[in-house]
Amino acid sequence: MKITTIIVTAALGLSVSTAIAQDLSEDQQRALTARQAHMGLYGFYLTPLGQMAQDRIPYDAAIASAAASNLAAMAAIDQAAFWVDGTDSGTVEGSRARAEIWTDPDGYAQVQQGMADATAALALVAGDGIDALKGAFGPVGQSCGACHQNYRAPAN
Amino acid sequence: MARWPWIAGLAVLAIGAGWVATRPAPLPATALDGITPDAARGETVFAIAGCANCHAATDGPREVLSGGRAFASDFGTFHAPNISSDPVHGVGGWTDLELASAITRGVSPQGAHYYPAFPYTSYIKADLQDVADLIAHMRSLPASNSPSLPHDLRFPYNIRAGLGAWKALYLRDDWVADAPTPELERGRVLVEALGHCAECHTPRDALGGLDRSAWMTGAPNPSGEGRIPGITPTALDWSAQDIAAYLQSGFTPEFDSAGGSMAEVIHGTAALSDDDRLAIAAYLKALP
Repeated sequence: MKITTIIVTAALGLSVSTAIAQDLSEDQQRALTARQAHMGLYGFYLTPLGQMAQDRIPYDAAIASAAASNLAAMAAIDQAAFWVDGTDSGTVEGSRARAEIWTDPDGYAQVQQGMADATAALALVAGDGIDALKGAFGPVGQSCGACHQNYRAPAN
Repeated sequence: MARWPWIAGLAVLAIGAGWVATRPAPLPATALDGITPDAARGETVFAIAGCANCHAATDGPREVLSGGRAFASDFGTFHAPNISSDPVHGVGGWTDLELASAITRGVSPQGAHYYPAFPYTSYIKADLQDVADLIAHMRSLPASNSPSLPHDLRFPYNIRAGLGAWKALYLRDDWVADAPTPELERGRVLVEALGHCAECHTPRDALGGLDRSAWMTGAPNPSGEGRIPGITPTALDWSAQDIAAYLQSGFTPEFDSAGGSMAEVIHGTAALSDDDRLAIAAYLKALP
């Protein structure tokens, strides 16, 4: 879990330094910070689920269930306020949100809904044993990839 | 003045000799003799060879190889052609030998060179049984009547005959890494030949040839956006299990998830067996 904390911290740190370099408005900066923290929290809750699914730590129904419920709740919230104009990866150094999020809102909404559906399905069964967890975890990973394929810019 | 015709004549001879030395060389006519294609095995080859990652439409189903995607490069923009089973717009009318020559030698049925945006430069190392299996699987996929688009390349890269010289320099069928065990040997087939990992993960020289001395050490993204990471043990400290899990799920050990073109590559590696993913990992872990 420590690693995830570092990632979240790094994401926040990056966005702060970006603000100085790019002279973002307060609204732009707050949106950038919030959405990068949101992505970091996805990683935070995915970690115990993924480690169980990959047999790296023992299965624990309570931990799995709580993490999956939180993940599903996060994936279901309305994200519209994240996408303030002028904060895409081509405009702001440190932003990895590709302009396609703004130019292809329907496509983006579709992949986001895909994650909401996959995490909701996982939350339903994550407490029912390791096999149920493994079965529902795969589609969650695919939903992450479906979004990152077209809507996330490379890290460097 | 009298010697100009001589020089012109010599130039014509030199160009002629150069053309003979660099003209398209398809597979020999008997290359597929004795091979019985197995379409079921070809499905695995299709997955790891990543055909759909370029030849399926961006928003289309991965089984429909309609072409049309654009790929930016230093030389201009390449458009992946229709390679579906359609007899007119795709490759349904080609013989197995013509397809195998295209895939492993970069030569069209009409005897023209293909650009090495098509990774025949890796597929040349493939076993022809795997290639025949792949072709049998491709023939079972749906037809698309989308016309192929021409490439949009700058001079002099738009002259296909020049590719003969490029091939003479860079088209090699020898392996880069040693493979002293069956697992490493399988990994090498998956990584160096079918998976064509080096095409993105190895840097290129000014003429676009892979720099074998910097094998898998990472490279600029040809699209101009970011860098393709190095995947040698020096560049990537993941365990073999980490690598295999990533190829199966798309998740890094920190549970970040693959993006960009690699997200598409994961579609293919996810369809492999656990043993195959571990063989890829073993190959990468054994690199210098």
